[in-house]
Amino acid sequence: MNENIQLIKDGKRIDGRAFNELRELKITAGVLKKADGSAFIEWGKNKVLAAVYRPREVLPKHLTNPYKAIVNCRYAMAPFSSTEEHGRSGPNRRSVEIGKVAKHVFENAILIKSFPNTMIDVHMEVLQSDGGTRVAGITAASVALADAGVPIKDLVCGVSVGKIGGEIVVDLNKEEDNQGSGDMPIVLSLRSGEVLLWQMDGMFTKEEIRKCFDKAFEAATKIREIQEAALKARCEAVYQTPEEGYEAKPDKFTDENKGIEVV
Amino acid sequence: MILDEIREAYVKDLLTKGKRADGRGMLDYREIRIEKGIIANAEGSALASIGDTKVLAGIKFDIVEPFKDKPEEGTIVVNSEFSPVAHPEFSAGPPNEYSIELARVVDRGLRSAEVVDPKKLFIQEGKALGVFIDLYTLDNCGNLIDTAALAAMAALKCARVPKYDAEKQQLLREDFVGPLELARTVVTCSFEKIDGKTIIDASGEEEIASYGRVTIATCDGEMVCAAQKSGAAGFTADEIMGIIDVAIAKGNELRQKV
Repeated sequence: MNENIQLIKDGKRIDGRAFNELRELKITAGVLKKADGSAFIEWGKNKVLAAVYRPREVLPKHLTNPYKAIVNCRYAMAPFSSTEEHGRSGPNRRSVEIGKVAKHVFENAILIKSFPNTMIDVHMEVLQSDGGTRVAGITAASVALADAGVPIKDLVCGVSVGKIGGEIVVDLNKEEDNQGSGDMPIVLSLRSGEVLLWQMDGMFTKEEIRKCFDKAFEAATKIREIQEAALKARCEAVYQTPEEGYEAKPDKFTDENKGIEVV
Repeated sequence: MILDEIREAYVKDLLTKGKRADGRGMLDYREIRIEKGIIANAEGSALASIGDTKVLAGIKFDIVEPFKDKPEEGTIVVNSEFSPVAHPEFSAGPPNEYSIELARVVDRGLRSAEVVDPKKLFIQEGKALGVFIDLYTLDNCGNLIDTAALAAMAALKCARVPKYDAEKQQLLREDFVGPLELARTVVTCSFEKIDGKTIIDASGEEEIASYGRVTIATCDGEMVCAAQKSGAAGFTADEIMGIIDVAIAKGNELRQKV
């Protein structure tokens, strides 16, 4: 938490961003075939893949809840994802805690009472990390849930806000996260105006925390637009009308193996 | 499940009348007791209880190798053990997500407020003191996090640093250099949201009825040094600001007791 290096110079951050400025953010929905819903988020140098499986039978069975769906949420960092040494695969204390608080976000956002006796799986695989992977993962997973057609109350938007060099800044990169004087990952539902995830370390006054929330809401409106655009692009790809001159190709399987004539 | 439903309905019904089962106000803690130094073999220890909830904290020092990125710092490790003696649903084995969350929230509070300066734990190249704080849940009747944070802080306050024998390269556990130097006192306040109402220091049955929790760690000087929202409930920024006000005021009271 000690600021040995100068993180702010001439009103700019080390990567040249303004205090309110987000890193470049791109979301692609529907990137996987087998998962029911998926999304890939590239946020700065972060690359996180999210996949969702729709309500299905609960395993192990004793965890079944007759009143609502249970949400399983897994956050995992690939061993090659960080700039440091080879990471250990498998859950650790950090990833278990992140999985837990992310689960709570989706327990709020998903209409879990409509799916009793089932489970919904949400997976977040961090492939490349550069600070703010949990909020990137949750932002992507929210898009993946929509892609899977799981009924949700709202797309949720995640962003990290923190304090570096006495300034409140949004979307901290790895260096700002490590060297800054504190950060708080926040996940919001803009529709309800509620904070669904909030973690904090570092020392903040009450006024600073208020400012952090204001900045998080401001950032969330931008993130939300990108999420919606990703889903729109996905829908357009699915329902694309055939181009002119398009010829339907006979189904190979039925054609060759069964000899049924394809109309 | 059925029993939970009945209890949940009971707690919620009481709250609509502005009451709690044990007669407390919405922002009242149960009785808080702290006994320090009850485990003679540990370098620091404390049993904290809030109402019937009991958490025992034990502190041990060991010689550790500093982390590569912080070669001149010692380490502080907080661990949590949900012993089966504390609750019928607790089982022995690797820590579950609740236990991990508790340890990490307490750890974040102590670390962010720099309660123990890791630089002062440095001995010589490749050697430093490690402070191991183990939180043993003995009786879970609600609000484990606040109880554990009190136990950890109280145990740190009575911890004595064993002397390091440079020749033998080991700690002399019967010989002490002095008390562990502490920069601040950190306590946590946990709030549960039940049917839109926010209460402090929930009992076990209130936790069953709760839709979500916010834990705020505060230290001297009215600073907030860690926070964690848990459970499915959402909180508006205004609600959180109100909670922080209470956490700071209650934190000042709790600090008097550690």
